[in-house]
Amino acid sequence: MATASAAHHDTAHDHHDHEHHDNFITKYIFSQDHKMIAKQYLVTGIFWAIIGGFLSVLFRLQLGFPDMSLEFLRPLLGGWIDESGKLDPTFYLALVTMHGTIMVFFVLTAGLSGTFSNFLIPLQIGARDMASGFMNMISYWLFFVSGVIMFISLFIKTGPAGGGWVVYPPLSALEQAIPGSGLGMTLWLIAMTFFIASSLMGGINYITTVINLRTKGMSFSRLPLTIWAFFLTAVIGLLSFPVLFAAALLLVFDRSFGTSFYLSDIYVAGEALPNTGGSPVLFQHLFWFLGHPEVYIVLLPALGITSEVIATNSRKPIFGYKAMIISMLGITILSFIVWAHHMFVSGMNPFLGSIFMFLTLIIAVPSAVKVFNYLTTLWRGNLIFTPAMLFSIGLVSFFISGGLTGIFLGNSAIDIQLHDTYFVVAHFHLVMGSASFFGMVAGVYHWFPKMFGRMMDAKLGYIHFWLTFTGVYLVFFPMHYIGIAGFPRRYYSWTNFSFTELYTDLNMFVSAAAIITFAAQFIFLFNFFYSMYRGRKATLNPWRSNTIEWTTPLHPGHGNWPGEIPAVYRWPYDYSKPGAAEDFIPQTVPLSQTPESNLPHEQEQVKLELEIIKEEAEVLVGNESKHH
Amino acid sequence: MYGFLIGVGVLLLLSIIWMVYRIQTLVSVVKGSDKKIATGSNKVNAILFVLFLVGTTILMFWYSIKEFDNYQMPVASEHGVITDKLFWISMAVTGVVFLITHILLFIFPYKYQYKENRKATFYPDNNKLEIIWTVVPGVVLAGLVISGWMAWSDITAPAPEKAHVVEIMGYQFAWEVRYPGKDNVLGDYDYRLINASNSHGVDFTDKNAIDDFPSPVVVIPKGEPVLFKIRARDVLHSVFAPHMRLKMDAVPGMATRFWFIPTKTTAEMRAELNDPEFEYEIACTEICGRGHFSMRKVIEVVEPEAYQKWLTEQKSFIQQNPALAVNPSADKKELAEIQLSESNK
Repeated sequence: MATASAAHHDTAHDHHDHEHHDNFITKYIFSQDHKMIAKQYLVTGIFWAIIGGFLSVLFRLQLGFPDMSLEFLRPLLGGWIDESGKLDPTFYLALVTMHGTIMVFFVLTAGLSGTFSNFLIPLQIGARDMASGFMNMISYWLFFVSGVIMFISLFIKTGPAGGGWVVYPPLSALEQAIPGSGLGMTLWLIAMTFFIASSLMGGINYITTVINLRTKGMSFSRLPLTIWAFFLTAVIGLLSFPVLFAAALLLVFDRSFGTSFYLSDIYVAGEALPNTGGSPVLFQHLFWFLGHPEVYIVLLPALGITSEVIATNSRKPIFGYKAMIISMLGITILSFIVWAHHMFVSGMNPFLGSIFMFLTLIIAVPSAVKVFNYLTTLWRGNLIFTPAMLFSIGLVSFFISGGLTGIFLGNSAIDIQLHDTYFVVAHFHLVMGSASFFGMVAGVYHWFPKMFGRMMDAKLGYIHFWLTFTGVYLVFFPMHYIGIAGFPRRYYSWTNFSFTELYTDLNMFVSAAAIITFAAQFIFLFNFFYSMYRGRKATLNPWRSNTIEWTTPLHPGHGNWPGEIPAVYRWPYDYSKPGAAEDFIPQTVPLSQTPESNLPHEQEQVKLELEIIKEEAEVLVGNESKHH
Repeated sequence: MYGFLIGVGVLLLLSIIWMVYRIQTLVSVVKGSDKKIATGSNKVNAILFVLFLVGTTILMFWYSIKEFDNYQMPVASEHGVITDKLFWISMAVTGVVFLITHILLFIFPYKYQYKENRKATFYPDNNKLEIIWTVVPGVVLAGLVISGWMAWSDITAPAPEKAHVVEIMGYQFAWEVRYPGKDNVLGDYDYRLINASNSHGVDFTDKNAIDDFPSPVVVIPKGEPVLFKIRARDVLHSVFAPHMRLKMDAVPGMATRFWFIPTKTTAEMRAELNDPEFEYEIACTEICGRGHFSMRKVIEVVEPEAYQKWLTEQKSFIQQNPALAVNPSADKKELAEIQLSESNK
């Protein structure tokens, strides 16, 4: 690998030294530069996060304050507010559906992976750009088109898709069953097709880049955990998204061309449909074959980011680097064979349920290992609470809280009662929703100086963190009680059943907390956009970090490094090494320069390293003489 | 006017926040704290973590204890007692882990907050520790899984032969209930036979269907196995009887089932809860459209004797609407007549 990448940056060298003259369109719109594409993903992701969050505020108003007149929303929602000032129950379902779709796919998949895989992979492995800048650009613009279509679907007369983000047929296939399954669902399917194409193009690029374009010395065992996480995420996405595409395609056939893949024995709206022989459970299998790995697609990048942030700000190597990688590999593989734990009571064979229960609880083990490793990394560190560090600690907390409730839900006997109740809502909002969101925010705070050359305001970051961290717990922790009490998900109101005739106070509390938490995000938005133009100028390595993105200029140009790409001589976690003067040694510092802090086995590598450096110098001299 | 005042107020508030923000930025530049590795805020954040830990722990225990009787729903089925026990065992195990990990997670930031003269411990790995915390959770989880699996196998085992069969059919947006009658065998159905007078699509040419009868509530005997045969007519639904700890999707085109043994009659539960209005309920837990939140059905658990008596009082579909029995073949007609005469006695 080392020789291959050495050859690469010899050739790359030639055409990156001269200036690129970009006009506005090629620089900001149809950019092929990974850093600009990352920023495009980030800003689009933030836009969608606001929309998704706002939708949740709307339905929390209904759940928390069922008697409130929502007349003031009529200018925005029009006919979806009925004559008595109440939210339409069909539109309520559309709101939860779109909230889920937007958050899972547009914010936590595209916004998270799209931003940080694009931004960090070339910078942290030492590459000029992605393997294919063109494909990278296409990937963003497919995502953009997907977003436009989904956005349009919010405003059509019959409303957006309303069958839940899982779009289970027959509900999602039959317009007669719910109006959102008409044009709204068609647009949902078209948008998701573009989205899948986008994420496949991105994924192929990430994988190729990590495998082929690592700089000299950047072996897999020296990759920062962020890159490991992005790499494995891309692998999961590449293997699972096509299955969602297949599921969606068959749904399109059922909806539009009269096939019966998922439809059978249906009598709806006074009419018996001709479809027989299909199985709605088949769709669930196909959907969750993506749907479960999707959880790790949104979670792994966040875990990668926090590994990096926690190590840097603890001034300590991440504990158990290899164990972390093995855990992530384990999660990657296991994520494909646990999907049916979403279907324990779907009517599938209970024997399958037993199998998937065992497999599911196995995946808890690598997750537990990761938590213990984070804790040990903090132990006896020298912790600096940057906003990114706070959000990373917050992530670990959510990962524990939400992960532990997964042990209940993964146990099929206990899941009988808890399935599709608010306990599930609490579980996944903590473990994948909030945790991934915190990973994303931590990433923004941490790499903002590299993205924009300026610092975000730390104090606003602290306020943002404490409001959001407390807020998230105040929203989702009470949902455990509501869930244990048996409240089902996706209910417009609780007044029809006597077993749900309690907790109106708690629901009101949750809604109030949700609104405050949502409002607190505007502190972040202000900080983000203000600091972009007026923030304090950043130093080259503001967090005194080891990874090589901090060796680029303050505003890295096209090609990232003006001269040679630096070679890498050590792993990225040499923090507080005994004997070293500083509490960090960047990856670019050769072992031969740090004899005072080298460990015994590293001292042995020094000799080998000196030989390589000598060889490299000869090649360079050779090149120089060719050029002049 | 009112809106204008609010607007001015908001504007004022925002400008004050803005001023405070600018001032603190300038002050930090003057003090040079923006050049420091860790400012005074580091200590504040460290303390806030501890306060958060203490505050939320107190809040959690206070609320969990205070509300226990509210969120802990009374259980009224045999397997429900077992799954509840599993739930609370899991709660104990995960609760301990939850507390320990969070205490560490929030105490470490306080204890190891940045100090200029200290250096972090270079501690990159320890395979022994990794093995310990791989194996220990593995063993604990195995214990939980195996107990869960045993319960699950019992719950999902085929229903006993003598189980009382009740068919529950979901449609937008209600449930319909059908009993098999004396023969304890439900008649065939076909969704193409559904019409205004035959909402179940029962095939009345099947002799098993002749004594089938509908019921507005689900009546079941206490202490005897009951088998719910579940199906759906249009989209997915899910039968959720929270007090029975029972949930199973209703799938169009695929019959599902769930059997259980109720342990308390409605009357007993009313006495226990001191609530004369109490009813066992069925709700829908699979999103099914506009009226998803309103699919209520009542379950009435009665003593076995009362159940037998109730059974004899019910009128079959055909008795209620003789027009349903169109063109029965000769032997079936005879059978139907016998049934009719028997039930008229």
